[in-house]
Amino acid sequence: MDLVFKALADAGRRQLLDALRERNGQTLSELCDELSELTRQGVTKHLRLLEEAGLVVTMRRGRHKYHYLNPVPINEIAERWISNYEKDKLRALSALKAALEEES
Amino acid sequence: MNNPAMVHVTYIETTPEKLWAALTSGAFTKLYWFGRRIESDWKVGSPVRFYDSADDSLTDSGEVLVYDEPKTLAYTFKNEFLEERRDDEPGRVTFTIEPAGPKVVKLQVVHDRIDADQVEGWRNGWGPILANLKTYLETGHTLQIDL
Repeated sequence: MDLVFKALADAGRRQLLDALRERNGQTLSELCDELSELTRQGVTKHLRLLEEAGLVVTMRRGRHKYHYLNPVPINEIAERWISNYEKDKLRALSALKAALEEES
Repeated sequence: MNNPAMVHVTYIETTPEKLWAALTSGAFTKLYWFGRRIESDWKVGSPVRFYDSADDSLTDSGEVLVYDEPKTLAYTFKNEFLEERRDDEPGRVTFTIEPAGPKVVKLQVVHDRIDADQVEGWRNGWGPILANLKTYLETGHTLQIDL
């Protein structure tokens, strides 16, 4: 769990997770294009930390390695600290927030 | 694997054989899979069906693609419950089980051939299913999670 928090404690790594949430199964080059403010070396390093934390899973197909978001570790954190009752409330709150933001 | 695809990896304190039984037996799935009972004779090409254990209605159906006990299980499935989704192409789910320590098993679930507009719904589905499965195998009871 320490590794998960460490991995999440960086804006660049969170951005990588966002990019994979938006489009799962991207190569290193695709991710570098999307996060153009980071160097290729930086992206590689971030991906390694995310993979060590179990937040990113890679799969090889032919010559390419694809990166996928693995939401399980984050879900386990949520299960640990958020009761189900509160989770429903949070879901309602985030739906409300999304609806309000869409309106404005 | 086709995009979009969803990948979930979880580590469970159990044995590959117990996990295999939990994935392939309706008596087990109904305990952690939103009350759905899975049924199949598990021969490649045979039908796989999910029933709602509350009223025995068919909710999803598909076909066995791979049955390599206790390592790889793959089947297709599509929703039979919602009128508007009757004509959807079936999705495919592949479970891969590997020992990851003396008492720990790594389960990888790849769900692909998903319609882009259903990714979000499935994201909300797999979380509780896998959390429940893990809790069930490790403690013998499941969490009470409502969708």
